[in-house]
Amino acid sequence: MLGYFVRRVWTMIWTLAVVSVLVFIIVNLPPGDILSNQIAQLRASGEAASVARAEFLMREFALDRPMWQQYLIWVGFWPGPHGFSGLLQGDLGWSFELNRPVSAIVGEALWLTLALNFFTVLFVYLVALPLGAVAAVKANSWIDYLATFIGYVGLATPNFLLALILYHYGAHWFGLPVGGMMSADFLDKPLSLAKLGDILLHLIVPVIVIGTAGMAGMVRRLRANLLDELGKPYVTTALAKGSPSGRAVVRYPLRMALNPFVADIGNLLPSLVSGSVLVSLVMGLQTIGPILLSALRSQDYFLSGFILMFVSLLTLVGMLISDLLLAWLDPRIRYSGRAR
Amino acid sequence: MTTSQQALLVDGLTVGFDAGAPPVIDGLGFSVARRETLAIVGESGSGKTLTGRALMGILPRGARLLGGRALYRPGDGGPEVDLLALRRSALRRLCGGRIAMVFQEPMSALSPLHTVGAQVAEVLALHTDLPAAAIHARCLATFAEVGFPDPERAWRAYPFELSGGLRQRAMIAMAVVAEPDILIADEPTTALDVTTQAQVLDLLKTLQRRHGQSLILITHDLGVVASMADRVVVLRQGRLMEAGPVADVLAAPGHAYTRALVAAAPHLPEGASAGRSAADPILQVEGLNKTFPARRAGFFGQRSGTAIAAVRDVSFTLHRGQTLAIVGESGSGKSTVARLLLRAEIADPGAQVVFRGRDGAAVDVAALGGAGLKAFRARVQLVFQDPFSALSPRMRIAEILSEPLAIHGRLNARARRDRAAELLRQVGLSAEHLGRYPHAFSGGQRQRIAIARALALDPELLICDEPTSALDASVQLQILDLFKRLRDELGLSYIFISHDLAVVADLADHVAVMRAGRIVEQGPVAALFHDPVHPYTRALIAASPEPDPGKRLDLAAVARGAGAPQDWPAPFGYRDDTAPPLTEIAPAHFVRLAA
Repeated sequence: MLGYFVRRVWTMIWTLAVVSVLVFIIVNLPPGDILSNQIAQLRASGEAASVARAEFLMREFALDRPMWQQYLIWVGFWPGPHGFSGLLQGDLGWSFELNRPVSAIVGEALWLTLALNFFTVLFVYLVALPLGAVAAVKANSWIDYLATFIGYVGLATPNFLLALILYHYGAHWFGLPVGGMMSADFLDKPLSLAKLGDILLHLIVPVIVIGTAGMAGMVRRLRANLLDELGKPYVTTALAKGSPSGRAVVRYPLRMALNPFVADIGNLLPSLVSGSVLVSLVMGLQTIGPILLSALRSQDYFLSGFILMFVSLLTLVGMLISDLLLAWLDPRIRYSGRAR
Repeated sequence: MTTSQQALLVDGLTVGFDAGAPPVIDGLGFSVARRETLAIVGESGSGKTLTGRALMGILPRGARLLGGRALYRPGDGGPEVDLLALRRSALRRLCGGRIAMVFQEPMSALSPLHTVGAQVAEVLALHTDLPAAAIHARCLATFAEVGFPDPERAWRAYPFELSGGLRQRAMIAMAVVAEPDILIADEPTTALDVTTQAQVLDLLKTLQRRHGQSLILITHDLGVVASMADRVVVLRQGRLMEAGPVADVLAAPGHAYTRALVAAAPHLPEGASAGRSAADPILQVEGLNKTFPARRAGFFGQRSGTAIAAVRDVSFTLHRGQTLAIVGESGSGKSTVARLLLRAEIADPGAQVVFRGRDGAAVDVAALGGAGLKAFRARVQLVFQDPFSALSPRMRIAEILSEPLAIHGRLNARARRDRAAELLRQVGLSAEHLGRYPHAFSGGQRQRIAIARALALDPELLICDEPTSALDASVQLQILDLFKRLRDELGLSYIFISHDLAVVADLADHVAVMRAGRIVEQGPVAALFHDPVHPYTRALIAASPEPDPGKRLDLAAVARGAGAPQDWPAPFGYRDDTAPPLTEIAPAHFVRLAA
């Protein structure tokens, strides 16, 4: 198991390295980013001070060096103008549009994004698991049709529309807050218990809105998988042992049907982040989605590069978690590398 | 009412699927005494499996109990109950505890995600109040009793880590761990090799003797019935055809259907059938080897594990119009030989495979390529084991039969259709079947279609890989007859691969017995059956159940030869790769033994 873990982490590190090269190339590919525009303007003005400032910026951000060195400096493998100072050392770079360090911009948004994603995944699984299982066990009954109906509505309703509806009725009936991740009083305040509670209250509607589509898809998949498994001989064996049917289902076929369910964690995370950009805009959520959007539009390349790296890391960690869970759940995977 | 000697009395059992359709089990009645083995015999579709399931309350979806009683009298003197009328919760307390079941396919009947220990222990957890430590101890004792060499290891093992025989032992352990009164075994050995089957049957018998259970043995194999059962019930299409003591029913079947079943069961030959002589070799094989490289694995993709020697030093000559049977258990390399002969796999360098067609020209199969290989494959065709998956479900019979002709560019569309109709007539079907799809046919009919497909290109040699293993005994007999007729009519030669000596006895001229990639004994069919020399051949013969209660399985002989090569007695045994050569002990009769 330890060997398996080390192997997986090793693969993950390599993947991350390849992704970082791709991200670097992609964010640097389109011409006309903020910094080179600035430098071009300074040079065009012809004033000595401006030219000197342009020269300074060139050196400061290592634009005078070859591309591969720029990449290594960005990651932190090569000494830049200030020694080793890249992603690995925790220096996330500078946002030219907002004129602040990237870390200061994404700081809180990062944690809010993580919290939002965590609760969304939790919501998806906690709702999809029982709903899918019941839909399969009671296939073609009213409860199956109800789960199917909820699923189709969830898949078919545009997220922003769902957001508006839920905000309206949430506020109307339950007094839920509308918009944002926290009340205005807590903005830029240090974390406290009151602030945490406030954030959780604000999370309810976004979690449902963002998670519903994924949840609906997962209910369908779990139902189909479990329905297949329910017909397998080992379920009959369990019943022949005298195991009550509920226990027999949970202990045997449900565990088998969980495999694709668990494997989905890795796929779920990136789709949540990128899929929630629009919703975050509509709902005024201070997550990294909207920041990424504006950074990409203005070609603010340190900012967009870092966010893309962060999303990749999130995906890879999700994959790692699902792989480890799979190996823990299924001995056939755990032992596949081992000589028998 | 049951008498005190009876464990179970079934009366008027009726099970159906649809309300309108006739019931699949119709008014079935039988009884089982204590310590008795009752065999329920029938072909597929006879309702024998549903009978067992109805008693356990685990009928498949859609099947409904329409009537009947199943009175069960517990061995501990408890009150008599009707299993079919019990509430679910009450039936659950009996199932697995007092009445237990062993299923056919242990791989799929055991959960792949749980250890064998956890699955067996669950039975005790459900049916007893024993503490965990006592459950563990009792499971280990049961594992030892059913023949696990290392019970502690069995406790921790997952089903996929066990061999087929051990898996079925785990299944049996699960059934007997709570010491039931009645054990229902549904085709418990059908998925196993003959030698393993003999050992598992012996285990069931021993356990029954020791614990005094009643055993209900559901099977299609009259040979198994003869060596196991006290009484037998013959089912056909859900109705009872005949019932009585095994000796009476098998020796003097009263019902015509039972007579047909007994006649269809494979017998080992009694008298010496003279092998037909010929001296016109169609296929000469010399020094055939196949090594599968170890699979890539590990951190940097290095090869781990050892290479697998699937086929070692196989040589034989097949004469025109004759049949060579290659017999061995799963993993013996017999199917790999077939694939090598067809060039579906490439043999290790150095093998000599020479095919001599009707035109008299010798073809070196190993050196063939391109057009030569295509022409060769038209002359050598393959018949597969499973007629259900060998035919494309989306093609009509006419398309299936004319596709080989189209691939080889023979005949025009109209002539192809005529040829397809002719082929169907040759295999005993009629031309009106041409427009149907395979699902409209029974297993036996599909195998006929598969054979017709193989004959389409007018081949000279058919390689048949277990062509009757998936079929009922009576259908098997018909297919074997068809093979014989086609051989005589069309002058075909066969290589007939089987795990069952009794099946090939009638058809083959020569038999080669394979074990662990090597031929251990090879010779004319008469010599092999009447003067078997190698312990493994003897084990195969001893393990073949015959429908004759006078001939019970000879387990001592099975035990001597069924083990790995290093367990064979001298001069036959060998270790690793140091096998002794094949030695000619009588004309054309070869045995692998140290000189």
